[in-house]
This record gives sequence, C-alpha cells and structure tokens, in this order.
Amino acid sequence: MATTTEQPSVTIRIPTPLRSYTNNQSIVEVNGATVQAALTDLIDTYPALKPHLYHDNGDLRSFVNIYVGDEDIRYLEGPQTALEEDTEVSIVPSIAGG
Amino acid sequence: MPSSLSPHPTAPGPKATRTSQVCDAIGDTPLLQLHVVAQGLPEGVSVWAKAEHLNPGGSVKDRPALAMVRAGQRSGAFDMAQDTLIDATSGNTGIAYAMLGAAVGFSVELALPANASAERKQLLRAYGATLHLTDPMEGTDGAQRVVRERVAESPGRYFYPDQYNNEANWTAHYETTGPEILAQTDEQITHFVAGLGTTGTFTGVTRRLKAHDASIQCIAMQPDSPLHGLEGLKHMPTSRVPGIYTPNEADAHVTMQTEEAFAMTRRLAREEGLLVGPSAGANVAAALRLARTLDAGRVVTILCDTGARYLSESFWENATDTTS
Repeated sequence: MATTTEQPSVTIRIPTPLRSYTNNQSIVEVNGATVQAALTDLIDTYPALKPHLYHDNGDLRSFVNIYVGDEDIRYLEGPQTALEEDTEVSIVPSIAGG
Repeated sequence: MPSSLSPHPTAPGPKATRTSQVCDAIGDTPLLQLHVVAQGLPEGVSVWAKAEHLNPGGSVKDRPALAMVRAGQRSGAFDMAQDTLIDATSGNTGIAYAMLGAAVGFSVELALPANASAERKQLLRAYGATLHLTDPMEGTDGAQRVVRERVAESPGRYFYPDQYNNEANWTAHYETTGPEILAQTDEQITHFVAGLGTTGTFTGVTRRLKAHDASIQCIAMQPDSPLHGLEGLKHMPTSRVPGIYTPNEADAHVTMQTEEAFAMTRRLAREEGLLVGPSAGANVAAALRLARTLDAGRVVTILCDTGARYLSESFWENATDTTS
C-alpha cells in the first residue's frame, strides 16, 4: 500500500465469509477519497475479491451492501460517497441459513 | 398436522371440532404447477412448487419449528411453563417460534444479525419475541455464538432447540413435506430441487423420497458466492456447516447466482401471482434449469417464504412505475 498518497486512510471491515480472500484479515487499511477508490485499493491488494463485489462491467453487484459508518451507501452517494480520514467502511453480508 | 400443544384452553362447543390452534394450520400446503415461467419446456416435463409461503407463519420453517418444540416437550428438555425458548435465526425459523410461542403461551428469545430486514424484526416483535441483535459482519454464525453464550450463562433458564443440529428439523420434512409431495404428485415425482440453509428441508424430503424410490433424483442448490443476496441460504464452503448436513446424499449439487434468483423472484410475482422471497426464486430458477435438460419428468421444488417480508428491498424495482 502506498504511504505517500494524499488520499485519506480508511478501514474496511471484511465479513466472515470473505476473509478467506483477505488472508483472514477482518479489517483492512486502504486509501481512498471515495468508497469506489477505497474498494479499488482493497481489490488491488486482494484481487480474488473482485468477482464477489463487482459485475464484469465494473458495476457493484446490486445485492452487495456497503456501509459507511452506520449508513448504507444506497442512501448516500453510492460508490461516489466521500470518505474522510479514519472512516470505517463495512461490507455487510446477507443473512444466511434458517 | 394434529397438535399436542395445548396449554391455552381449547374453546368449548362446535369450535373445538374445527381448527382450534394456529399449529393445526401448519403443513398440507398446495403443490402448484408453474405455467408462464415454465413455458418452452419439453412436452412431458413439468415443474411444481410446494407453496410453503402459505403456512401461517409465512414460511417452510413453521414445520421444523413445530417439530422441534414438540420434540423438546416429549424429551422433557422443554418445560413450556418455566423455560424460555432461545435460538439463532436468519428470520424465518424465529418467526415460526415466535408465532408458536404466542399461540401456545411460551416465551421466545431470538438472536439474529442486526442487518435482518426491518420487516422481519417488526414481525418478531409483533409476535412478542425478545430480540438479541448480533454483529452483522458475522451473520447467523455470530448469532449462534451469542445464543450459546447466553445459554451457558443461565443454566436451566432456556430451551435451546439449535435448529442447525436438531434432528427434528429434518425429520419434520421426512414426516410431513416428503409424504405430501409424494401424494400430491401421485408418486410421479422424478426430481426434487432445494436450496441449502440449515439443510433440514433438503435432507428430510430427500430421505423420504429416496425411501419411497431411490431413483428419484435430489439436487441441492447453494449460492455461487460467499457474498450473496439469497437470504436464508448458505454458501457451505465459507459457513459453519450445520451438523445435520450430509452432502453425499444429494445426487447433484448446483449453484445459483443472486441476480438470476432475483429475476425469477420478480417473474414469479408478476407472471405467476406468487409473491415469494429470493430463496424461492433461486429454487425455481434451479428447477427450471434442470427441467430444460429433461425429456420427461416431474420436477418439484419449494417456495420457502413469502415475499412480503422483503418488500423494502431494492430487487423489486419496478420499471413500470409512472408518476403524474
């Protein structure tokens, strides 16, 4: 990860089912001024995550729930939602099993 | 199903001879033939859906919930007058427990991930259940951990059915859903397709069908990705695997993409008049995919739950809306 970037440093919380793609890390530090930039940085580090989050055409898959703090980005600015230093971004899984 | 649960007094008079408890309305659901979405199938191939969303609690989970409560009563593990029922749930089993608790008169506590839909949480509260909302990042695996901790902290307070490891979960389907499907198809079913969550539906129905005729093909479906939108279904390679799950009993395993399931869920509402949830859409999409490969046969699948509890979700988005 670049250390000389001017982009804010943020954390991304990884849900249990995706941790096999992040060396079992539950929290990953990335840089990005928007959700999209932060996710791009995440995928640059862990490329195997990409098909689980994005369509081939580059759009976020419709059922992927991304939260900035406690807010669903669908109710903010979507992938263009701006991030500040130390913001917490979460990839929230759907609810499985009974 | 007849009921042995009756702490609430049964009303006297003619009513007592009719259905007198909501538990008695569980099961015996219709088996519906799909028409519009099944157009273009080879002659002699049909697809049928067991309308489990018409159970009084709105899902297939009414059956195992009732069976687990009864098994607890029978074994003595559940004293309804003293014990509180507690379990982890993604929603539907919890709704069934909460409904039964209200109908029969026992207390219910449920652990479910905090990101369960608003409708589900409201339903559970409407039935009077107490909710423990758990870390959304850990899904129902996290909810199971919270339940185990609470049970360990308060010995003797709880009856913990543990739906993921309770034999009565799958035997409910062995004893009711499976025989109903055999009767409703005049024993002509050739293929059964169902998604895996706790795996109770698939395991119980499959064992019953195979006991009747080992050549009936039983196909298990699960999401194609660990991150998916098929609420209630489990991606087994990345989940805590239920103790009742026996993968080698399936004749085949198939996967389902969330987007394909959402599209079928919309079609079932608009073209068949069946308002069901995404796991039902996934089941039907998998059943149709299989049916297209057959020369002859009757394929049966499950409509797991009602779509009413997903109405706040975006996948329904309706391109036909107009504003004036």
